[in-house]
Amino acid sequence: MSEQAPILEMKKIRKEFPGVLALSGVDFRLWKGEVHALMGQNGAGKSTLVKVLTGVHRHDGGEMLLEGRPIRPDSPLAAQKLGINAVYQEINLCPNLSVAENVFIGREPLRLGRIDWKAMREKAREVLGRLNLSVDVTRTLSSCSIAVQQMVAIARVLDSAAKVLVLDEPTSSLDEREVAQLFKVVRKLRDEGMAILFITHFLDQTYQIADRITILKNGEFVGEYEAAKLPKLELVAKMLGKELSEFSQASPGEGEKSRTASVSAGELLRARGLGRRGGVAPFDLDLDGGEVLGLAGLLGSGRTETARLLFGIDKADCGEISVKGKPAQIGSPRAAMALGIGFCSEDRKNEGIFAELSIRENLILALQTKLGAFRFIAPKRQVEIADRLIRELGIKTPSSSGEAKQLSGGNQQKVMLARWLATDPGILILDEPTRGIDVGAKLEIMEQILNLSRAGLGLLFISSEFEEVLRCSGRVAVFKDKALVAQLAGPEMTESGIMRTIAGGR
Amino acid sequence: MAFLRNLSRKKIFWPLAALVLLMCFNLFFTPNFFRVEIKEGHLYGNVIDILKNSAPIMFLAIGLTLVIATKGVDISVGSVVAISAGVVAMLIGGDLKGVPKNPILLSMAAAVLVATLAGMWNGLLVSRVGMQPVIATLILLVAGRGIAMVTTNAMVVWLYAKPFALLGQGYLLGLPFSLYMVAFLLLATMLVTRRTALGLFIEAVGINPTAARFAGINARNIVFWVYAFSGFCAGISGLVVCSTVMSADGNNAGDGYEMNAILAVVLGGTSMSGGKFYLMGSMVGALIVQTLTTTIYAFNVPPEIAFLVKAVVVWVVSLLQSPDLRSGMAGFLGRRSEGGKEAAA
Repeated sequence: MSEQAPILEMKKIRKEFPGVLALSGVDFRLWKGEVHALMGQNGAGKSTLVKVLTGVHRHDGGEMLLEGRPIRPDSPLAAQKLGINAVYQEINLCPNLSVAENVFIGREPLRLGRIDWKAMREKAREVLGRLNLSVDVTRTLSSCSIAVQQMVAIARVLDSAAKVLVLDEPTSSLDEREVAQLFKVVRKLRDEGMAILFITHFLDQTYQIADRITILKNGEFVGEYEAAKLPKLELVAKMLGKELSEFSQASPGEGEKSRTASVSAGELLRARGLGRRGGVAPFDLDLDGGEVLGLAGLLGSGRTETARLLFGIDKADCGEISVKGKPAQIGSPRAAMALGIGFCSEDRKNEGIFAELSIRENLILALQTKLGAFRFIAPKRQVEIADRLIRELGIKTPSSSGEAKQLSGGNQQKVMLARWLATDPGILILDEPTRGIDVGAKLEIMEQILNLSRAGLGLLFISSEFEEVLRCSGRVAVFKDKALVAQLAGPEMTESGIMRTIAGGR
Repeated sequence: MAFLRNLSRKKIFWPLAALVLLMCFNLFFTPNFFRVEIKEGHLYGNVIDILKNSAPIMFLAIGLTLVIATKGVDISVGSVVAISAGVVAMLIGGDLKGVPKNPILLSMAAAVLVATLAGMWNGLLVSRVGMQPVIATLILLVAGRGIAMVTTNAMVVWLYAKPFALLGQGYLLGLPFSLYMVAFLLLATMLVTRRTALGLFIEAVGINPTAARFAGINARNIVFWVYAFSGFCAGISGLVVCSTVMSADGNNAGDGYEMNAILAVVLGGTSMSGGKFYLMGSMVGALIVQTLTTTIYAFNVPPEIAFLVKAVVVWVVSLLQSPDLRSGMAGFLGRRSEGGKEAAA
């Protein structure tokens, strides 16, 4: 494979967004007839690289060669004309049209200026047959399973000119059987000579399908490896930017150690066999008052899904929860709040902050919903509460009346934390509270977490930064591929312990 | 200057400025525009007419302000006005001696109730079924005309029950009675939205529905009741419309009102993309719309050009609402005042 020249070569690609260097000198090579996995944590630059390749963004530096010729696609359409096609995680098809129409949308076979339906159906059957898929092409797409829809999306981009196929997290909403079905198709295409760039968060799937792996971290190129020669543990270490030697020595978390060895009794929160199809596999979880339970894992490993189940955003389809010893039904965030649970989403912008509301309104909102609309917190009292929270959490703002969107990311994060503190919760779930904020703010947030646990709260702390999880948590639950795989306590609680667990115990 | 700069940051400033500008134009170019006379103990004049004629739109704008704040829209209000007018007319009856078939107050209550039910239907479609607001309320925009015509048997019903004329034609202390109704509804709405947390919840749902749900707000209920309230407001508007002409015409009553009401809300500073809402602004917006119409009539502008004039004014006022332009102008005022200080020093 390597003797031939690669079909696609991206050299020293640089991409800058205002204030952010998204890619700095990234190399990527893709050969005919291989599946090449692109790996990296959140913010590593995977999607930016794909967007440069498919013409969504234009690179600021470096060069791209397709079959030895420099290319610079300025739109997805231009990239498609060059033979570079992408299928994204959220399927961009028309669910209300038939399978055949979806395959040929925008390039319907014509006869005398009208759509030749018969030819379209026949060709659609042919293309899908190439993917070993036999499905009634006149069915509406929405009546097909997600896996079939995914394959229709792939079939759509398969024509004679297709050279490079990008699959961006195609398996995230598929079950095991469907993944196997999809992989069969991917392998078939590979064997026919297609060059496939594959992005996934599932480590096991990477090893099932990929011939070669390129790792990115923080917009930088880490390395290109043959999958068979890269142990899983090393892959995890490289994605996190650690050297193997670095974490072979245990790095115990600070303080709170005395409590760690004792197994939690789950007196505050206890989940048994809780799970949701397509979300996270059934898991057991216990949390005591005064305890910080860390949820560690890579992006997409099921941590956030767990939090969403516990806060009633998604409904569990199996298992039970009890809060303070009493069985509980958590069917909505309101119900969770009534039980004293609070949840800071990882997606500040879309799920947390009300940009155009004032900081004060952002701060008192959860308390107000808990009280109900008609027990209105008088403006004077609102200011008192807001000022107290701003002081206690060190939110940097001249006044509480400014719009929340003026605050920096770190201060917005504190506002979200403060919003829940105002409700006096018993349990607080913090999903990536330290993401995208500066180091100083990170330390302050972690300090707050420890203070809260000392005050008797039970906290679930989710972070991709294992160091942070270890520093704050008494125990760590490790997630991998949408399942809770192990709970670590005491001496096992090291970065290498977490990584080994994620890599599969080796 | 500093005073002007602070004022220019207030949301109500720009719609108010537009209204004042429009008034000034009339002051110079429309003879006797501001003349107010006292006839038979009532005030008469262009300005009073504008106030009186804008009342039906003002009712609608109050309800629509809340709907638009949730990032929705209700284009069925015009048809609901016709339904309400039809129901009240049929219940009071067209007795030539003016003897009402049913008690007038009861008839009015029934009409408003029917209108509120119509609003609840909209709310159901948007909040539970999950339809897009434009489509959901488009259904009632079309069907509502039919319903209104069915209630009046597709005829224009004339009313002769004198007391009912008070709503649309009566005066209290020299001012049109309908204005007191607007003031009452406006005050009540302001109290309920600003002295409880409902206003905050409505804005939160409009700005970020997901975050609102995550903060424990029952977004679906909020949306449902906001549409129900819009129906209620349209019901009241229908009573006044019916009383003004003492007749109910299922085909024409309230026709096109929805656009004027939406225009009033948007001119008043509430954004179609939801969030912060300004009830007072919407009232000023309604006055702008009505003043514009009156001005165009006063000028005998040919109807084919009248629409163009209206469009241009709307465009300019909307431009004034743009945050970019406004911050630019506020900055301009700011620079001027600082320059003034330097000069003084």
